[in-house]
This record gives sequence, structure tokens and C-alpha cells, in this order.
Amino acid sequence: MVIIQTTARARRVGDRPKRRRRLGRTSPAAYLAAILVAGLTALPLLFVIIDGFRSTPDINSKPVGWPSPWRLGNYSGILGDQQFWRFLGNSAQIAVVSTALAVGFGAMAAFALSRYRFAGREALYGFFVLGLLLPPAVAALPLRLWMSRLHMLDNIYGLGVAEAAFALPVTIVILRPFMAAVPVELEDAAVIDGAGRLGFFWRILLPLSTPALATVGVLAFVTSWNSYLLPLLVFDQPEHFTLPLGVATFQSQYSQDTAKVMAFTALSIAPAVLFLIFAERRIVDGLTGAVKG
Amino acid sequence: MSTPRITSSRGRVRIRMELGFLLGPATLLFAGFVLAPIGIAIYYSLYSWGGYGPLTDFVGLKNYTDALSGSVFKQAVEHNVLLVALSLLIQLPLAVWIAMLLNRRMRGRALIRVVVFAPYLLSEATAAIIWALMLSKGSFVDQALKAVGLSGQIHGWLADPDIVFYTLFVVITWKYIGFGIILMLAGLQAVPAELREAAAIDGASPWQIMRSVVLPLLGPTIRIWIFLSVIGSLQLFDLVWIMTLGGPAHASTTMVTYMIDHGYKSNEYGYGSAVSVIVFALCFAFALLYQRFVLRRDLDGALTNAVR
Repeated sequence: MVIIQTTARARRVGDRPKRRRRLGRTSPAAYLAAILVAGLTALPLLFVIIDGFRSTPDINSKPVGWPSPWRLGNYSGILGDQQFWRFLGNSAQIAVVSTALAVGFGAMAAFALSRYRFAGREALYGFFVLGLLLPPAVAALPLRLWMSRLHMLDNIYGLGVAEAAFALPVTIVILRPFMAAVPVELEDAAVIDGAGRLGFFWRILLPLSTPALATVGVLAFVTSWNSYLLPLLVFDQPEHFTLPLGVATFQSQYSQDTAKVMAFTALSIAPAVLFLIFAERRIVDGLTGAVKG
Repeated sequence: MSTPRITSSRGRVRIRMELGFLLGPATLLFAGFVLAPIGIAIYYSLYSWGGYGPLTDFVGLKNYTDALSGSVFKQAVEHNVLLVALSLLIQLPLAVWIAMLLNRRMRGRALIRVVVFAPYLLSEATAAIIWALMLSKGSFVDQALKAVGLSGQIHGWLADPDIVFYTLFVVITWKYIGFGIILMLAGLQAVPAELREAAAIDGASPWQIMRSVVLPLLGPTIRIWIFLSVIGSLQLFDLVWIMTLGGPAHASTTMVTYMIDHGYKSNEYGYGSAVSVIVFALCFAFALLYQRFVLRRDLDGALTNAVR
């Protein structure tokens, strides 16, 4: 994701009210196609959510159908189950640790890499960029060995730290050009006013970078929240499992009780859906207005 | 970019301290958890090692030659390459088409965009379980085919070695196309409506406008999508692992499922490390070549300057 760069300018261009065009006047066929695309995309999600309201015998005898009656039992059962909340809590703690470290350390490094001049700066930047090519999928196995040497297996904070390390490259690659674009005059003014460089960073640059910080924060959080392979390799004890790991385990554990699996899976979608509802403008605009072509 | 304009030696010491404070944590974290493992992997890959006890059985490059000459690993590489090809041939046109569609003014456009983007935000694990449920024998997909009179087309979606990889491709497309669409939508903002209007006034057909105006201007976005898609395809793991474990009979093995299968499941850590070094080398080679020859015009600086 070398390319996502939330600049205020790009976003303004994206938001500019467009004149009604002669081209692309929307035909019924286009509406139909758009609805079809959205429908096909949503279908699997609806299927799982709706089947979560049915009972397993009902599903077994009639694989596709509406719930009759709508049962809340599967959902309330899982919401009353400590296991679900433990998975959710683990995921949340890991994601918060990883996001905080990645954004905090990443912003500091991006500041140094964008607004100081020193020997080896570009080499150091290249060193971080290299990390874009080294996602957890490739490093996972050696990382497990390494973390076992550091006695960090089965430790949720240990995983948070490791995930933060993998989120750093994207964070720095997005933040550096953003911070570089802040006018020098602002920095000079701050220094003249006696703020010092670190004061300028803390009081002026960081607040100005809020949109970019939000973007990298969202990226780091979602990546951590969804990650599967690293937790799989790092956690042996089920009490440390994250939600993705939990969903997969739950499915094999209760493979006989389809309805319960459906409900569990549907509930694991909920955080993403809630997140999308709250952050929809941020994400979609952020990405649409923000990709540097 | 500004440079602190201080020349006194005290000032220089101060700058060094600031740099250490600002860069130290990130550098340590990155070196400790991202670079160290790959170094360790290179070291372990030269041994035959089961994960416990001292490294005594030095085998040189044997792990590498074993992997590169093994038929299952070859199959895995073929699957990754097939996935790259299918993505370029099917996902890319589909993403561009849907983005064009959703770029029009229409009622409920924001909602449709969110729906189309939603699978991208789901965890791979959840997506895999949802589809495993939908595709299981006699479940939703089979019933839907029956309902439209295509019972003859019902297959063992995840059990038939001839079909399983294509089934996975459909799931992968569902999961990731939202990201492509959002990227293309962003790219389309760079195609001014005036240009298209002018072409239309000059009598260009919609197809000609697409080919000669829109696609060239979408070029940078498409090239970046291809980059991300290839790297992603080479590292595919979660969806496959949860849905099929790379089976049946290795029919859906990818390089990374192969690595986990050997390294983690069978405790052949030395061998698995060699495979992970190979995967990294492939991705790295692709990235460098692609940056050099394709992306150079689009990305000013990010990778080309840095990795040189």
C-alpha cells in the first residue's frame, strides 16, 4: 500500500461537487447491474446471519429457508458464553497495543525521516520500505522460533508488539510524504516562538496530521484485528485465542451444530460491520480521495 | 523539506539525541521483529532441524534443492502463478467495470459502495468459514443451482481436486475485489468529466472513450493494483488453510500453506525456513523488477530509490 496518501488537497478534489454530466446518465440497466453486484456481495453475509436464527435440525432438513420461528437462542447462547467475549477481548487488546505502538513510533520515525537531514536517511527509509515486502505470511515461521527464544509465545502483548513491527512500514510510508508536505514556514514560526523541533512535532505537526494518522491507525487496527496466521503460530493456549482464531476453532469444535456455528460466525462479522457504519465516510473517502495516481 | 539550521556543536549533539529518540524505537522494533526473523530463517534453512535442541545437522543448501525439486512445491508455485493470471484476467476487468458502474450518479450509491467494500474488512477466517458453510454438500450454493435448474452443475466444490482451486478463486475474488474497486474509484476521480464529454462530442463511442480516454488515465492505478495483487497472490494463506488445508491431495496448496504444513505442522523447521526464504526471494525479485520497469513513472521515489 505504497500509494495511499491522505492529503488534504486530494480529498478536496475528490469531494468537489460534480456537475451533472451528460455522460453516465444512469440507465435502469446500470441500476440493475449495481444492485446485482451489491446483492451478490451481501448474499453470503445475509445467509450466515439469517441462518443463525434457525435451529440445527431445521437447517439439516431444509438447507435453505427462512427461519420459522425466528430463534434468538443461538445468538443469546453465544453472547452469554465467556469464550466469545474472551476472544473478542484478546483481539481488542492486541489490536490496541499494536495500533498504539505502530502509530506512535511510526509517527516519530516519519517525522525524523521527513524533516531532518542526516547521513543515511534515505537508506534508513529504504530499510523500512523493505518491510512492505515482508508481511507476516513470509516471516511467520521464523518469527515463531524467534519469539519462542524471547519467551514471548502465548503472550498477547508479545503478539501486539510483533504486529506493530509489521505495521510500521505502511505507517511510515504513508506518513512521511504527508509530514514532508507541511510548509517549512510553520516550522520556522514554531521554532522562533521557542517551541523547539520536538515541540513543533508534538503541538503542530501531529495535530495537523490527524487525517493521515487516522488512516494509518485504521489500517493497523484492521490488520491486527483480522490477522490469523501470526496468532495461530504464536498461541498454543486457547485462552489467548483471538476472534479469527476462535471462529475457525469454534467451527471445527461444533461442526455438528451448524446453527451455532452460523451464529458465532455472524457475531464475528458484527465488529467489522459496526466499524464500517461508524467509519464509512472515513474509509471510503479516505481511500477514494487519497490514492495518489 | 527543512533542515534544522544549527551549526554549533552543541546544536549538533542535540540533533543527534533527537534523532536517536525519534528513530530508535521504530528501528529497534522493526529490526527485532521483522528483519531478525528473516535472518534467522536464512540461518536455520541451512540445517535439518525439528524445532528443539541444538542445531547440529548442517545440510548446506539441501533444503533449498529439496524444495525446488519437490513435486508438491512445484504444484504450489503453479497454483500461485495460476492465481496471479486469473486475478489479472478476471478480477482486474471486473474491478474496473464495477468501479465505472459505481462512479455514476445514482440513488443509494454510498450504500452500494459500502456493501461492495464490506468483505474486504472481514477477517479471512470469518470469510473462509462463511464460504465453507455455503459450499458444503447440499447447502446454499447447491440449493441455489437446483432452484435455477442447474442441478447437473453441482460439484464437490471443495472436495473435487479439479475444481477446488477455482472455487477458492471465486471466494478470493469476493473477499478482495472491494479493495480493487475502491482503488479504481479513486483513480477515476483523476479522469475529468470534461475529457469524456469532449470525446463524446467528437463522436467517440462509449467503447472508444473507455479505451482511449479512461483506461490510459487509469493506468497508474491499474499498475499499482497489479503490484499489490501479485504480491498478495504469492502470499495467499489464510483462506486456503481454513477452507481446505491445501487439499484435497495438494490440489489447492500454495507456497505459504506448503511452508506452514512442513514447518509448523510437521516440525521441519529447517526445511520450512528454506521455503519461507524462497517465497521472500520471489516476492522481492518481482517487486524490484516491477518497480524498475513498470512503476518507475508512477511512484516517485518510494521503492526504486530506496531499495537500490
